[in-house]
Amino acid sequence: MNAPLNISRRTFIKATALVAGGLVIAFAIPQAKRFLLPGETKAPADAGGSKLPAPNAFLRIGTDNTITVLLAHSEMGQSIWTTLPMLIAEELDADWSKIQVEHAGAAPQYVHTAYGIQITGGSSTTWSEFDRYRQAGALTRALLINAAAQELGVAKETLRTENGFVVSADKKISYGELAEAAAKLETPTTVVLKDPKDWKIIGKATKRLDSAAKINGTAKFGQDVQFEGLKTAMVARAPVFGGKVKSFDASASKQIKGVQNVVQVPTGVAVIADNYWSAKQGRDALKIDWDLGPNAGLDSKKMVEDYRALAATTGTVAAKTGDSQAALKQAKTVVKAEYIAPYLAHSPMEPLNCTVKIDKDACEIWTGTQMQTTDQAAAAKILGLKPEQVTIHTLFLGGGFGRRANPAADFVSEAVQVAKAAGVPVKTVWSREDDVKGGYYRPMFLHQANIALDDKGLPIAWEHTAVGQSIMLGTPFETVMIKDGVDATSVEGTADSPYLKGIANHQVQLHTVKADIPVLWWRSVGHSHTAFVMESLIDELANAAKRDPLEYRRELLKDHPRHLAALNLAAEKADWEKPLPKGVFRGIAVHESFGSFVAQVAEVSVNAGEVKVHRMISAIDCGLAVNPESLTAQMQSSVSFGLGAALQSEITFKDGQVQQSNFHDYQVLRMKDMPKVEVYIVPSTEKMGGVGEPGLPPVAPAVTNAIFAATGKRIRTLPIGTQLA
Amino acid sequence: MIKLNINGKDESLDAPEDMPILWALRDVLHMTGTKFGCGMAQCGACTVHLDGQPIRSCITPVSMAAGKKITTIEAMQEDQVGQVVQAAWREIDVVQCGYCQSGQIMAATALLTTNHKPTDADIDAAMSGNICRCGTYPRIRAAIHAAAEKLA
Ligand code: FES
Ligand code: FES
Repeated sequence: MNAPLNISRRTFIKATALVAGGLVIAFAIPQAKRFLLPGETKAPADAGGSKLPAPNAFLRIGTDNTITVLLAHSEMGQSIWTTLPMLIAEELDADWSKIQVEHAGAAPQYVHTAYGIQITGGSSTTWSEFDRYRQAGALTRALLINAAAQELGVAKETLRTENGFVVSADKKISYGELAEAAAKLETPTTVVLKDPKDWKIIGKATKRLDSAAKINGTAKFGQDVQFEGLKTAMVARAPVFGGKVKSFDASASKQIKGVQNVVQVPTGVAVIADNYWSAKQGRDALKIDWDLGPNAGLDSKKMVEDYRALAATTGTVAAKTGDSQAALKQAKTVVKAEYIAPYLAHSPMEPLNCTVKIDKDACEIWTGTQMQTTDQAAAAKILGLKPEQVTIHTLFLGGGFGRRANPAADFVSEAVQVAKAAGVPVKTVWSREDDVKGGYYRPMFLHQANIALDDKGLPIAWEHTAVGQSIMLGTPFETVMIKDGVDATSVEGTADSPYLKGIANHQVQLHTVKADIPVLWWRSVGHSHTAFVMESLIDELANAAKRDPLEYRRELLKDHPRHLAALNLAAEKADWEKPLPKGVFRGIAVHESFGSFVAQVAEVSVNAGEVKVHRMISAIDCGLAVNPESLTAQMQSSVSFGLGAALQSEITFKDGQVQQSNFHDYQVLRMKDMPKVEVYIVPSTEKMGGVGEPGLPPVAPAVTNAIFAATGKRIRTLPIGTQLA
Repeated sequence: MIKLNINGKDESLDAPEDMPILWALRDVLHMTGTKFGCGMAQCGACTVHLDGQPIRSCITPVSMAAGKKITTIEAMQEDQVGQVVQAAWREIDVVQCGYCQSGQIMAATALLTTNHKPTDADIDAAMSGNICRCGTYPRIRAAIHAAAEKLA
């Protein structure tokens, strides 16, 4: 890890002086390939580009000693605002108290090092930036040392760095004092990264840099963008997906004080007003005649029946070894089960919004987005501009969970359409009802499994069928993510399950349902349902085999050391062998996702049909834990998000319409239902994985397995809701 | 013109009587610290104090605030309890996305102003109207207990 890295081989680096003085470091990894953007059939040869439009950079050192770290990723709660600066500060030997942070703009040098577009998702920020941000720090440090060597007339080998200073035998020069001179120097082509044993910041629990602004009301979210002349818009969208405006009457709407204009846009009718309250009243007063289109009969109950009928037919094979059907025919013991997971809305705390200002040959966008590249491309396409003519200002995201990374750029495109039609700068704001009813849900999935057991109760054949909509179909990710008709996100956690790997006869089939319900990745994507299904099934098998669920998993996972390490740590911390207080029962689950391995033990009681989760014990192996503080926070967050969904969240359809509308009927976890969460980190030098999502998948099955232990009732449909009443 | 007293200052604003306090604060007075999350008293993001009581500003019309004192997150640094709550929030590293936190701090401050030693059950009762989609609940609970210790 401390061997010199030949940067010039991999990266394009440039140091340029800022107009205001100081040092700017920027470098980009030329993209060999990237995902296609809307309207492209072929990625441009220089995708990822070597042009560096100022002030695009990863790091600025001001003559006042401030160090500004620019984030290629969006802060949405996951603490990347702190973790990425930690990487730079470590290699730079920076003074942590001088660190400032900004979101970078949308530009080619900020594309994801693995995905090729600017995106925050897939729990990938820390591992994907681990080298790039450390290199930026190390490179800057080298330049500062060279500048100091010149100024002092000494050999650079005699200098060291410490807490924001270059130090010689008898002098200390601050980085700020050296910044201008350093900016004029030739950039080194190799750089040595620290040996991990010398790390002072990486691996240490570090408090957030965005805390102060977020507790005194000064942190700016997309919702908070305001400037002279900005109007607020709300869009009335079709009550059924795929519906269209036939005609509308805006006369009552225009009578409302503060309503300035009513315009039709591709997604509906937009009311433009002086403020939210007027816009909302104006929208309520609209009379719209809708052509509801082909989905006016959409009905969740009917959909489940359709999915079940599909499951009985032959699907696309996603994984196959041996002859599971023949093996099942001969088996004495067969476990059969059907599982259903509902559509889910992300419902980030900050409702969607996007501010757009269009000028001649330019467009400025202010929003909280997880996917700048596609938003920029979509806006450019609508306006007939080049992507670089569209500036994106990323504000703090009031939660994302996947909803703000939309390949279709839905809320950004719509806002651009509104501003274009209105001819004034507009902030398009969604109400909570718009958010709950607005689609881009975690798709509903139905799973069926037939599993044969041998005399010892171990699985010898596993036939698995999954039915649901594809997230990737029709997106720029389709070519990469859909292979031979199988969307990898529909079968992640099943087709690649460690349990199936050990079974000589197994098959996973997929039925991809075509429907007009917009779907999207929801925190932990396919794993959000497959872990529930697989870990419940394993529990069913353990029960059929009359074995302890922990010990049964240990046997099945004996060749999977990272699963085992997480499982054993969680079990140990939960005192699995020891009895619990009367009325409290345990469930366990373990699952790999986003390169990390998480086990959870849930302690649950059920009284009069009410489920109470008292404690969740989590263990994670994510490789190196760069910031254990934010890792712990993300695990707590995943428990909350996953448990709320498991207990009560679902989106259902009747007569084509979404039946839920706000937090009273799309229920999420609240304080009173939050269990104690304990987080344990497996000491690990394995490959780094993510932490934002992997804590979520095992939550639901750990809880439903505990419910089975408590009541003997197996929950096979989520949410748990009133099933125990 | 409607007259309101906000954070100790008299303000007169041009807003309809039925406009919720939330939008008067945000869109008329440009005080964006108070957040919009649901618009129907379901999430607590918009919590402010009206004569010291926590209220949901998204459903409370400005007319109801006539002659009363509105206190918002922007004034918590000067509030004796608010300061302690904010310090505890930093100490426990509570925030994630941060969007709900203005409301959480307003609710927690109101709780600790009247109840110096809240139990877990008191916290459940006072804080369950404030949703946090990031699940900062365990840290909010810990921070309220920590603030209570400081205030004791
Ligand atoms: S916005 Fe007022 S309670 Fe949700
Ligand atoms: S911190 Fe994100 S909603 Fe509470």
